[in-house]
Amino acid sequence: MAALEHAVQTASIVREEVLENGLRVLIQPVHAAPLATVWSWYRVGSRDELPGLTGVSHWVEHMNFKGTVNIPRDQVKGIIEKHGGYWNGYTWIDQTTYTETATRDALDHMLFIEAERMTSCLYDPADCESERTVIISELQGGENDPEQLLDQELTATAFRAHGYRHPTIGWLSDLETMTRDDLFGHYRRFYAPNNATLVIVGDVDETDVMSRVVKHFGWMEPHDVARRPCTTEPEQLGERRVTLSKEGTTAYLKIGFHAPAAAHRDFLALLVLDAVLTGAKGVNLWASFRTAPPQRSARLYHSLVDSGLASAVSGALLPTADPFLYTVSVTATDGVSLDRVEAATASELDRVRTNGITPPELRKAKNQLRARLVFENDSITNIAHQLGYFDTIASWQLSSTLAARIESVTVDDVGRVAADRLSPSRRTVGRFEPIR
Amino acid sequence: MAGLSPTREVLGNGVTVIAKRTSTTPAVTLLANLRAGSVHDTAAHEGLAHFVSRTIDRGTSRRSAEELAEQLDERGVTLSTSISRHLLSLSCTCMAEDVSHVLGLLAEVITQPSFPPVEVERRRGEIVTLIRQDDDNPAAVAVDTFMQMLYGPAHPYGWRMRGTVESVQGIDRGMLQQCHDARAVPAGLSLAIVGDIDPARAIDEAHSVLGVWNGRAAVEMADAPIRAARGRQCRVVPMMNKSQTDIAYGFATIARTDASYHAYAVMNNLLGQYSLGGRLGDSIRERQGMAYYVFSSLEANLMPGPLVIRAGVSPANVDKTIASIDTELRALIDGGPTEQELAESKQYLIGSMPRALETNMGIATYLQTAEFFGLGLDYDLRMPDLVRAVTREQVHDAARRAIDPAAATVVVAGPFEGSLS
Repeated sequence: MAALEHAVQTASIVREEVLENGLRVLIQPVHAAPLATVWSWYRVGSRDELPGLTGVSHWVEHMNFKGTVNIPRDQVKGIIEKHGGYWNGYTWIDQTTYTETATRDALDHMLFIEAERMTSCLYDPADCESERTVIISELQGGENDPEQLLDQELTATAFRAHGYRHPTIGWLSDLETMTRDDLFGHYRRFYAPNNATLVIVGDVDETDVMSRVVKHFGWMEPHDVARRPCTTEPEQLGERRVTLSKEGTTAYLKIGFHAPAAAHRDFLALLVLDAVLTGAKGVNLWASFRTAPPQRSARLYHSLVDSGLASAVSGALLPTADPFLYTVSVTATDGVSLDRVEAATASELDRVRTNGITPPELRKAKNQLRARLVFENDSITNIAHQLGYFDTIASWQLSSTLAARIESVTVDDVGRVAADRLSPSRRTVGRFEPIR
Repeated sequence: MAGLSPTREVLGNGVTVIAKRTSTTPAVTLLANLRAGSVHDTAAHEGLAHFVSRTIDRGTSRRSAEELAEQLDERGVTLSTSISRHLLSLSCTCMAEDVSHVLGLLAEVITQPSFPPVEVERRRGEIVTLIRQDDDNPAAVAVDTFMQMLYGPAHPYGWRMRGTVESVQGIDRGMLQQCHDARAVPAGLSLAIVGDIDPARAIDEAHSVLGVWNGRAAVEMADAPIRAARGRQCRVVPMMNKSQTDIAYGFATIARTDASYHAYAVMNNLLGQYSLGGRLGDSIRERQGMAYYVFSSLEANLMPGPLVIRAGVSPANVDKTIASIDTELRALIDGGPTEQELAESKQYLIGSMPRALETNMGIATYLQTAEFFGLGLDYDLRMPDLVRAVTREQVHDAARRAIDPAAATVVVAGPFEGSLS
C-alpha cells in the first residue's frame, strides 16, 4: 500500500491559510530538487461567459501575460526564463490558472509576478487587437483536427442550458467582435483575492513562503465577484446525434454520457468503470493524458482494437465542479465502416450496463488507478496542480483522499453507475464521416 | 557538487545499464534504447523499423499478446514503444514493488518477440490508419515534405518513419523478425533504470534478465551523404479542407558531436525558443499577431540534423510570415546576437537543467541522450561550463553557416494555393 501511504502523507503536510482578503493559500514543502512552483488559480472559466462573450476568459488569460503596471511590456520576455524557469497558463470550463516553475531562489519573483497579474495587468488596446488574430489562429489550428471538431460539436449537442456547452476558446463571431473593454471588464470582475487560490510547492520553508505571500498579496482588497447563477442542465430525455461530413481521411466516433461532478459519490465508481472499459488515466488534467493508459486488456480495447475494427479507443472522465461528460472516443481502422464501429461500441456498453463488472476487473482497475495517482504526482509542478485544480472545483482535500476512496468502491457501485449513467437515452453520439 | 552521478555498467554480453536512485515517488522508470531506428529501413520498405516498434510487444516466445497485456495492465503499467531516426525505444513506469517482474517482461519483449501473424495484421491496419491521419494533418504533411525535400530520396532522414500505405502493405512477418534479429543485439541495447531502487540492485536485476542474452555485435551504418544546399527550394501542399496553414522552414545543420554544438544550441534558443519563441516569436506572434505558435528546433543527431522553424498561421498571412522569417534570419546573420540575448539564452539553457531532471522519466531521457551521443556520465556537471564558454562570435558564426534564407527549404501545407519565392 505504498501509494496510499504516500497520499496520506501528502495530505498531512499541506498547510492551508486564508488571508483576510479571502485569498486561499496552500503550501507543501517538497525537497526533492532545488525548485519551487507557484500556481495561481481563479474560479472563472468558460462556464461563466455570456452569449456574445464566449472565449473571453481564455482571451483574458492571454492578455495577462502582456505586462503590468510594474512589469513593463518589454520586460515580460525572459522574466522567468532568467531563472531557468518555465511558465504557462490555461483556461478551461471551471477555471483559469497560471504557473511558474523555477529554481527556489526565484520564489519571491514568482509571487511578485502573480500578485501583479491579479491586480495590475495593462490591457493595452493595441495588444488586445494583436492578440485577437493570435487567438483566431489558435481556433483555426484546432479546427484542423477532426477529433477536436467532433468533440466541440458533441459537447454543444449534449448540453442545452449549462455554460459547459460552448468551447473554451469561444465561437468565432464573438472573437471577431469582442472589445478591449469587454476583456478588461471580465478581468476586473473575476480577478480578486477572494476568487483565487495560490499554491506553492517545492524546496521551500512554509513560514518563509507565508510571509512573502502576505507581503505580496496581503494589501489587496476583496470585491464582490457577482457570479451569476448557472442553469442546471436538465435531464436528457432521449438520444442525440450529430454527424460531421467533411473532407478527410479517417472516421471517428465519439459517444458522450452525462457524468457526475467530481465531488459526487458516483464519480469514483465511474472512474473505475472507465478503467475497466478503456484503462485507467488518473485525474491530472496537466499530466495524466501524456502517457497512454494501461488498456490492452480493457473491454473496449479488446472488442474494438483487437478485433481490427478500430485503431484506437480512449475514455475521458475529468473532475469538474458541475456534472460534465464521460466520453468514449474511437478511431475507425482504415476501410472499416463507422456503423460497424458504432454497433460494436454500443454492444459493449450495453453489456456492462446490463451485467456490470467482475471482482477481478475491479481489483485490476483499482491497481491501475493506485499506480496512476502515484505516477501523476511525480513533480512539484504536478503536485501543486492537483491541489489547486481540486480546490477550484471542490476542495484540495478531495485530491488527497482519492486513493482511499477509490479503494472503497465496490462491484455493486460500478454496476449501479453503469446501469444509471450509460443508458442509450442519455447518450449523445457524434460521428465524423470523411469525404475522400 | 555530485550531480546525477549515475551508476553505469556494461554487462558481459555488451548490454549497457545505467541506474540512478530517486525517492520522490515509490515508482521506477525503465527506458530501453535499441539501435534499431528508421535509418536502417530501405527505400523499398520505408516504415519497417516503425512496424517492428508496433509489434515487438505483442507476444513473445513465452507469452501471448493477451498474457503480456494482462501482466502489465494488472500492475497499472503502460509499455510505450517509439521510433526515432536511430533508436527504437521502450519505456514504462511501474511501482517500485513491481520492478523485478516488469523488468523481466521488458527483457522478454526486447529479446524474444514472436511477431504472431494475427498481431502483425492487426497492427498493419493501425499503422495504415495512422498514415492516413498524418495525410490529413497539415503539420505532419509540412514536416514530412520538408524532410523529404531537405535530405532527398537517398538519405534515410528524408524518409517517412511510418512509411507509406504501399510500403507498409509490402512488409511481412518475416521481415519484421529479420529486422529485429539483425538490429536488436546486446551491444546495441542501453537500459536506464531510474527511481526508488538501489542502483546496485537495479544492475543485478538487469543482469539476471539480460545477462544471458546472446547476439552478434550491431553493425553500424556509415553516414549517408547530405545533399549540398542547392539554393532555396519551396513547395506548397494545398489542403483546402483545413482552416490553418502550417509552415516548415529550415536547413540541415550539424551532428550532435560537432564541437560547435553548444553555439548552435544558443543560436537556436535566441532565434526561436527563448520565452515565447525568441526573435521569431517577438516578431510573428507578439508584434504582428499572426500565429498562435512559432518556434525553431535544433535536432542535431548522429548525422547532421535539421534546424526547423515551424509556424501555424492563417492562409492570408503565409507570405508575410515567411518574409518575416527571412528578415529575422538575415538580421541575425548580419548583426549577430546582442550581448543581452546571448546572456539570457545561456542563462536559460543552464538554469533549466534542474527542471529537466525533476522526474524519473526526465532523468532517464537525459542519461540515455548522454549515453547515445557519448557525452559522458558527468555531462550534467560539464554542460554549464560548455554553455558559459560560448562566445557571441561563435553564435554569430553558427548563424552565418546555418540559416541563410537563400538556402532555405520551405514547405507550406494547408488551405493555401499561392506560390512561394
